[in-house]
Amino acid sequence: MSKQSSKRFTILIMVLTLALLSGVVFSTGMGFISISAGEILRTVFSSLTNSPSLLDGIDTTIPYVVMDVRLPRILTATLVGAGLAMSGVIYQGILLNPLADPYTLGISSGAAFGASLALLANLTMFNQFSIPLFAFTGAVITLFIVIHLSTFNGQISANTLILSGVIVGAILSAGISFLKYLADEQVAIIIFWLMGSFISSSWSSVLTIAIAVLLGGMVTFYFGRDLNIISLGSRSSDALGVETAKVRIILLLTASFVTAICVAMTGIIGFIGLIVPHLMRFFVGPDNRKLLPVSAIAGGILLLSADTITRAVLPVEVPIGVLTALIGGPFFCVIFRKRQKRGRHE
Amino acid sequence: MNNFPLYDIDNVSFAYDTAMVLKDLCIKLQKGKFYGIVGPNGCGKTTFLDLLIGNKTPGSGSIFFKSKPLPSYRRRDLAHWISLVPQEFDTGFGYTVEEVVLMGRHPYIKRFGSPSAEDWNHVGRAMETIGISELKNRYTSELSGGQKQRAVVARALAQDTDVLIFDEATSSLDVKYTLQIFNVARKLVNKEDRTVIAVIHDLNLAAAYCDEIVFMKNGRIQQHGNTTKVMTPETIMNVFGVTTEVSLDPFSQTHQVSFQYWD
Repeated sequence: MSKQSSKRFTILIMVLTLALLSGVVFSTGMGFISISAGEILRTVFSSLTNSPSLLDGIDTTIPYVVMDVRLPRILTATLVGAGLAMSGVIYQGILLNPLADPYTLGISSGAAFGASLALLANLTMFNQFSIPLFAFTGAVITLFIVIHLSTFNGQISANTLILSGVIVGAILSAGISFLKYLADEQVAIIIFWLMGSFISSSWSSVLTIAIAVLLGGMVTFYFGRDLNIISLGSRSSDALGVETAKVRIILLLTASFVTAICVAMTGIIGFIGLIVPHLMRFFVGPDNRKLLPVSAIAGGILLLSADTITRAVLPVEVPIGVLTALIGGPFFCVIFRKRQKRGRHE
Repeated sequence: MNNFPLYDIDNVSFAYDTAMVLKDLCIKLQKGKFYGIVGPNGCGKTTFLDLLIGNKTPGSGSIFFKSKPLPSYRRRDLAHWISLVPQEFDTGFGYTVEEVVLMGRHPYIKRFGSPSAEDWNHVGRAMETIGISELKNRYTSELSGGQKQRAVVARALAQDTDVLIFDEATSSLDVKYTLQIFNVARKLVNKEDRTVIAVIHDLNLAAAYCDEIVFMKNGRIQQHGNTTKVMTPETIMNVFGVTTEVSLDPFSQTHQVSFQYWD
């Protein structure tokens, strides 16, 4: 809020944006065929401006590799990272718990269950929107069940909310296993999708996630200061003029929507929503109006880096969800342990 | 002074699911007075405060605030009139004291606006009044219980409302700061004609500071009136079931309660 901290915020936003942009270009160059930054930029500008003359002297496979294979995947990874980090900011802000993220509430499992159902039944009634739609329905139904379980006397208890989320998430995971058991031949599709993958990313998935992230970002930014006030507890925030119950529901729906779209497009990718807001709070403090944009960009960078490592650095492509869980799981344990210790000293 | 009471509470009842918490409350509260709400644990005091703030709506009966039904106010507008000092305060995240006090200005700041010079003035004055200016850059998570509580009182002062509602706000403070907060509240009533409604456990504090006392028991108002009239051994026996003597204390010049400590 002071001049100094808003200057630090501006610098951080600029540094992160620059890192993200160069990360996108750099990772596009990496892979089986190595492509220089100049060639990438010329290819992109040639497509954007529809001027084939820019491609003179560039290998004819390069525009295909850049525009049809790598960029959709890279942008999907970046946007999903941004979306998951954003959902993490919202869930943490509303649950007043730095350990909360789309998984703690069971929302991801709900979305995954809905999407698995669509995959298994081969439901295509809404064309390419079938899976996202089922994922969102699964996420929202899960959200309402979890909220219903944790509401007493008209008040949502933050602690019970997490407990309910974990329980419902466990039931849904069992449900997904059951679907896999039923799936038989399609089991491989579900398993691979569940572990998270950007391989089948297309420009339509880029567009879908971009719209979801943008909409979600706008709604959250609109309620940014309310979200700060809500951290005082619902009684105090009500008395400070915030329609706490309403804002909570709107933001929970928003976060669940963004999560559902991310899960539908790429499967379960854990811990981004947990790690990123936690790290960024360290730099910009708890103000959600700053935390939200910074976390979104940083989430994009993190997931892009993880995907580039599995795509272009590791000898075998590890599912991205497995990679983030391997990095994020221990991180979760460290935060958890730190909080426990601090709690004891206080 | 107009003739309308600040609060006109008529036949209000409130229940959680099936458990009746408040029954047939009828009371008028006037502007410019210091009210103490006193009663045994679980008698519905906190729920009563929630109704006054508008956090909860009565199951039956009506509450008029400034001669308009309380539910007809927008929450944000109500926050210009009524502030709350809760008993507990914790934010899971590291806000500084100044940031928490600034949150008291939330109802006045436009959605995408920044705090004005006036907002900062209120914040500075509130911290000074409570004596926490030197803590302003400290994180609330690092503060002692008493310091946190004083930050919350400062936040309510920064909110600059006609009505201040204290929910056992001094229960974690030592005697010095308890008196400081009560003195600040008393001055707001005396000098600025504001209204304080405070749930108080300490009968002697209630007797010393309040103009009127509302005794509650089992969700009902047992007794309400001028402090000197209602703070009697009979009422205290009736409400709390303890034996006392009430007398004018020569040192403080207030009515004070002495307890029979041993059976």
